Amino acid sequence: MTSNLVPPAIIFILAAILIPFLKGKTKSVYMLLIPVAAFYVLVNIPMGNIWTYEFWGYNLIMGRIDKLSMVFGIIFTIMAFLGILFALKVKDDLQHVAAIVYAGSTLGVVLAGDFLSLYFFWEVMAVSSTFLIIASRTRASREAGFRYILVHLIGGLFLLAGIVLTIQKTGTTAFDYIGLNGIESYLIFIGIALNAAAIPLHAWLPDAYPHGTPTSTVFLSAFTTKSAVYLLIRTFPGADLLIWIGAFMVFVPIFYAVLENDIRKVLAYSLLNQIGFMLVGIGIGTQLALNGATAHAFCHILYKGLLFMAAGSVLQMTGKIKCTEIGGLYKTMPLTCLFCIVGAASISAFPLFSGFVSKSMVVTATVNEKMVFVYLILQFASAGVFHHAGIKVPFFTFFGHDSGIRAKDPSWNMILAMAIAAFACIFIGVFPQPLYNLLPFTVDYVPYTGAHVVGQLQLLMFGALAFALLILSGYYPPEIKSINLDVDWFYRKLGRGGYIVLDKGLNTLNMISEGVVMGFLKGLVSFFKNTAAKIALFVAVNIWLVLGYRDKRLAIKKNQLYNDILNGTLPVGIGAAVAISFILLVFILT
Amino acid sequence: MKKELTIFDNPKNVKKLLITFYCSLVILLISEFFIHPHPAFSFEHVKGFSAVYGFFSCVLLIFLAKILRLIVMKKENYYDK
Repeated sequence: MTSNLVPPAIIFILAAILIPFLKGKTKSVYMLLIPVAAFYVLVNIPMGNIWTYEFWGYNLIMGRIDKLSMVFGIIFTIMAFLGILFALKVKDDLQHVAAIVYAGSTLGVVLAGDFLSLYFFWEVMAVSSTFLIIASRTRASREAGFRYILVHLIGGLFLLAGIVLTIQKTGTTAFDYIGLNGIESYLIFIGIALNAAAIPLHAWLPDAYPHGTPTSTVFLSAFTTKSAVYLLIRTFPGADLLIWIGAFMVFVPIFYAVLENDIRKVLAYSLLNQIGFMLVGIGIGTQLALNGATAHAFCHILYKGLLFMAAGSVLQMTGKIKCTEIGGLYKTMPLTCLFCIVGAASISAFPLFSGFVSKSMVVTATVNEKMVFVYLILQFASAGVFHHAGIKVPFFTFFGHDSGIRAKDPSWNMILAMAIAAFACIFIGVFPQPLYNLLPFTVDYVPYTGAHVVGQLQLLMFGALAFALLILSGYYPPEIKSINLDVDWFYRKLGRGGYIVLDKGLNTLNMISEGVVMGFLKGLVSFFKNTAAKIALFVAVNIWLVLGYRDKRLAIKKNQLYNDILNGTLPVGIGAAVAISFILLVFILT
Repeated sequence: MKKELTIFDNPKNVKKLLITFYCSLVILLISEFFIHPHPAFSFEHVKGFSAVYGFFSCVLLIFLAKILRLIVMKKENYYDK
């Protein structure tokens, strides 16, 4: 049975290749069938290590199947389906291919049982997601995409360095629990924490995600950070450091979320806040806490996806997404408004909505461990989440001042995707047991007790009272066209000043590595940089000729591809040069 | 022109909504006396602790956010200059 099944990651990645050649309904059905096929595989594979291959004397394990990887695999596949459905009518193959490769590589990361396949899929994830950011094809999105890939390549280098050192030490590529001890574990930790957007390595997220297209942000919100959360649960459960990073993360981003003008940026900051809850759970590391982190990731993917879908619908239909420019949209977009409220109620952990049955597990874990301070921060943040994501997002988008915009609800596929996600949020909130059955440990937890429901409702509703009173009194900070500085300032503003220094520094570094050991690699890098573009052009032009593109259209296509390659692979060249220097440095230091 | 919802254009409806909201707050406070208490920490023995905590959390959130705004807010074209 197993031998007939193809790893879900491979299904996604191989299937993506055919997308540009299909048209119309065939294409839609084909794209929707990809996650369905992957889901079929997931529910039919046995537990244990499967899809193991030998590669240069190392074992590749492309299927480590246990309850933990299974629950993440399932939710990622579901979200891939919803994201594809939501983006079904997008007329841009680059986005479809990138999104599906991205979803596939995430599944690759989740099911990987060894470092090599993990690292491979990790980098595919970084590159494919970059294309989703630059898919908006604006100057701002290109620049944000460039910063995004640079940050992730650096994160990837930390991970790679940690992996190399670990393999050298243990002699095996397989991995499981790592724990924080020794430099190699910290390097791996930093690499994963960066993808989890753990503060202070978080700024790439609110910087890049709001630049995606209305549909691509839905994918972005689900995969990178939660696959990192999965890895942290797997490799660093019980690391005390994560409790404090998590507590900081639930706390600080909500202030930014309150101030932000761009709705998708508000959602990006609330994403950080939600990951904070997961990290606290991972840091506590008890069975209840890890179940809580897993369950919360599961629910979070659905309701955050739903919220980004609602925001994407608004952006798609109005062309605007800033609080100062929208408002009063409930009048003509009632369905989008309704779904947004369901997402908002779920993220706020209202009883009968999904967040309630998952977040409370983490909160209860802090109670069981007698962590008063962390408990109070989490409760503060819970009220704060309701405030900025639960009320602010729907209020300023669909109510608030009437912007005069009369946009309609989006197309059926977008409505359907939101409806399914909303249904799932409510279903999990009302019947949590099916979700609890999926969790890695046996669940002995009852979310619906009178005290818990009333306590949570008091916390939320009186938070809402504060919002109402502050709005009515005019003390609430007004929406202003503005941006708010975050730590990306260091590499964006200071970086510009230090660019020359850095440039010279890197060149020197390159020259040293070139002269001393790896002279041939420079040639290799430039070879790949130039030939990649040429090969891609050669292949693409032939395909286009077959497809009937001629003259002007062909020229435009060529130009587009050339620019895409320049935007996409140029940093890879730099990355490779830095990679070599970096690994050398680590080897010298240890 | 497609029909549009205008329910909240009427101030009466907004008022009704607010009254419903205030009533629900009172009901929440009263209902705490009828449930089996399950306090996480000793301070939660106090009735209405969650309500007070939720309320002041949000006030503090806004207060601190306003201060933060003084420090971090820049014009939209800040990074393009």
